[in-house]
Amino acid sequence: MDDRDRPPDARPPRWQEDFPVRWEDDHYLTRRELTKFLTLGSGLLVGANVVLAALGRRIPDDSYPPVRIESAAALGPGESLLFRYPTDQDPCILVRTRAGAWRAYSQVCTHLACAVVHRPAEDALFCPCHLGWFAEDDGRPTAGPPERRLPRIRLDVRDDGIYAVGVGI
Amino acid sequence: MNGERAFFIDHSRCIGCRACVQACEECDTHRGHSMIHLETIERRDTIQTAPQVCMHCEDPICAKVCPADAIKMTPDGVVQSSLKPRCIGCSNCVLACPFGVPKYVAEFDQMMKCDMCYDRTSAGKKPMCATVCPSQALAFVTPAEIERTRRGAAVQEWRFGGETVRTKVYVMVPAGVPAIRVDLVRRDGSPVAPRGRAPVTDDVAAMLGEV
Repeated sequence: MDDRDRPPDARPPRWQEDFPVRWEDDHYLTRRELTKFLTLGSGLLVGANVVLAALGRRIPDDSYPPVRIESAAALGPGESLLFRYPTDQDPCILVRTRAGAWRAYSQVCTHLACAVVHRPAEDALFCPCHLGWFAEDDGRPTAGPPERRLPRIRLDVRDDGIYAVGVGI
Repeated sequence: MNGERAFFIDHSRCIGCRACVQACEECDTHRGHSMIHLETIERRDTIQTAPQVCMHCEDPICAKVCPADAIKMTPDGVVQSSLKPRCIGCSNCVLACPFGVPKYVAEFDQMMKCDMCYDRTSAGKKPMCATVCPSQALAFVTPAEIERTRRGAAVQEWRFGGETVRTKVYVMVPAGVPAIRVDLVRRDGSPVAPRGRAPVTDDVAAMLGEV
């Protein structure tokens, strides 16, 4: 159809839409522009990751004050007790392995935030909600739905008792 | 006419000093290549020169003929130079422009043309050529200012044979002239009669003298 035969309010023919004169109608992206965007964008993401990693290493995460865990010294091998660290909103569990080592973890299951309990017979921490298991020694998930390890509470065994001194991932 | 500044060309004021050409060449975006053309008019009889910036047509024929989609018009009516990643150097626009503005630059294999110093005018500054022009043959002022300081009228309509072209840039002509008419002329100066229509063409050199 010729340009002059068209009613004035009709859409322009398809070939004209592909070659818009106006800046704001131009949505065409050349392969070179896309390649440049992808390359520079990927480089930017890599750089941002490096910067974030460097910052994460530099900022100390033991910014919480040490807290003495009451009556921890009375714990025998294979026993556990609950405490709160670093704030009153953060339930934690202190366990003493059957071998006698001290370990402390956040009590919040990394699956759906139920409270984990100590199972000394299996050397494990157990979440009863969805049957999730964590290794007692390092907090790694060993069975069930959880995929991330329990946040560790760093401990310091001093003369006057056991202190929680920081939170580690 | 509103208070917004516009570009006015007053050919009769041009003294041929080439300050505009020099200023344009010094721009860092196209250093060494002037986007303004200083034309001589009837060189045998007169030293009169005429600066030619892009007229920024309302319906830019250079952009319409571009097969690579490389020439774009901004919402404020400024027709940009060709986009580097797209221009294929075919020179369609060079042939199509009735004012002879776009030029193919072999060094970059790209068409380059005046974009009214878009980096400056979009930030409220004058184009470089209008800033340096000592006789203000190139002026970037409000229409009211032009009316106050100049004789003649500012027109933005050209008739090339049967084709009417409206431009963003104004040209000063003697009062009462609604448009500048351009038709083909033979070597001896007689106009070529278009089919079914009496030939009309303005003697641009004579108009320059009248303003």
